[in-house]
Amino acid sequence: MIRDITIGQYYPADSLIHRLDPRTKIIGTLAYLVSLFIVNNWGYIVCTAYLAALILISKVPFKFMVKGLKALLVLLILTMAINMFLTPGRILFQWKFIHITEEGLESAGLMGLRLVYLILGASLLTLTTTPNKLTDGLERLLSPLKVFKVPVHEIAMMMSIALRFIPILLDETDKIMKAQSARGADFETGGIFKRIRAMVPLFVPLFVSAFRRANDLALAMEARCYHGGENRTQMKPLRYNRRDYIAYGIMAAALALVIVLRVILHW
Amino acid sequence: MPLRAENVSYTYSEGTAYEMKALNDASLEIKDGEFLGLIGHTGSGKSTLIQLFNGLIRPSSGRVLFNGEDIWANGYDRRKLRFHVGLVFQYPDHQLFETTVLKDVCFGPKNKGLSDEEAKEAAIQALKHVRVSESYFEKSPFDLSGGQKRRVAIAGVLAMEPEVLILDEPTAGLDPKGRDEILDTLNEMQDTRGISVVLVSHSMEDVAKYVDRLIVMNRGEIFCDGAPKEVFRQYKELEQIGLSAPQITYLMHELKNRGMNVDENAITVEEAKKSVLDALREKR
Repeated sequence: MIRDITIGQYYPADSLIHRLDPRTKIIGTLAYLVSLFIVNNWGYIVCTAYLAALILISKVPFKFMVKGLKALLVLLILTMAINMFLTPGRILFQWKFIHITEEGLESAGLMGLRLVYLILGASLLTLTTTPNKLTDGLERLLSPLKVFKVPVHEIAMMMSIALRFIPILLDETDKIMKAQSARGADFETGGIFKRIRAMVPLFVPLFVSAFRRANDLALAMEARCYHGGENRTQMKPLRYNRRDYIAYGIMAAALALVIVLRVILHW
Repeated sequence: MPLRAENVSYTYSEGTAYEMKALNDASLEIKDGEFLGLIGHTGSGKSTLIQLFNGLIRPSSGRVLFNGEDIWANGYDRRKLRFHVGLVFQYPDHQLFETTVLKDVCFGPKNKGLSDEEAKEAAIQALKHVRVSESYFEKSPFDLSGGQKRRVAIAGVLAMEPEVLILDEPTAGLDPKGRDEILDTLNEMQDTRGISVVLVSHSMEDVAKYVDRLIVMNRGEIFCDGAPKEVFRQYKELEQIGLSAPQITYLMHELKNRGMNVDENAITVEEAKKSVLDALREKR
């Protein structure tokens, strides 16, 4: 049940995308997200092809990616509903205060598609990059901000700890749920208030264990003389390869294509 | 009421890169009033098997029967099953959540549908059974020592008055005294309440001393099944799968090899002591 949440999870495989430098992938994801908001109507064909190609190359099973979408279904439906009901325009259907407009339907569809592509694209980044590499990449990309006294290393470290703890806490949640179910706890039936109350036996042990883990981790880091980012070197410094330059080329081309489609051809 | 697993298999995260076969075509019956030991190397499928027994996970194939009924049949109330088949997990921290020890132990009986009064009564009895003294009842479970937490956790399941009690390494991380106390309590409960107890353990000494029947698991399969003495007789095979016989058995084998007329299959210290004394007396 709880293990099905795939957001932020890493999917081990040996693919070209897995081997790319994390910086390339982060920038690539950003470019992809930007292009999603540039395109309109027909441009989505380009995005679909681009995303499909990436997923194929990444060797991450599509089924696995779709699982991640399930968790965001509520958000998706909410966004689409708001777009559908609250966009003014030519009215197609009206019932009391509810009215659906042509523009509303269109923007709901586009918004839904955009959101799905957004999630798939972003999860492709985390699925193909280990949390460690991801934060290394982020740290390097953000390092110019150090000039403005932004604690880049600390932010990256916090992120990597948070990411590292997601699977641990999920696993823990699963175990606690089982232990309480074994005592007859019921998480699945009843109204909303009963269900919220049923969460107490789950959340109390979970928070206790999270704090204990945080404490242990802090001790372990201090025991190894961790003192922040100053003068800290890395065991495996990030280095760009030929494939990264090629990937940047492809990204630039795709972004350019999308812009040309929108600005010049008005698709 | 007997609990039976028929040809059960279980695979974690089927169809993904994390796929792992934890159980492979295992069959096992737990009879009424039995003290059963379950040993095996880490990852041999012990924990998976016991979770199958009270319906927390569904077998990929095969059936689990309680009292002759398939627990995964349509309409079977698995929540009710858990009151009959009590499962105590390894870490008490995963289940303690209430403000006081007594309230925490009441959680199970209340879920079972008992009134506050009845639940309290069942809880007090369970706590007494695992020898948690009354002065602890109103303490926070988070302030207890490891051994006390373990007792409270066991009481939390015991208070539901299950007919089968399954414990996943109840003595891990306890000092020798705490370990003996808990195992003695289990033994006594099996005698007085007539319930079946399943003890998952890593300690050969513990199982040798307490259980009537011993199941050895290896790589998701049942490797052997029999009285502890029979099982430990095959200690060479056990060593090949990363297990061993109790230390004392090795000593007895060594004594026998050196020409002393002792029973080399003794598995507990008491047995060995008697055998050695007898052998010495004979010599004289």
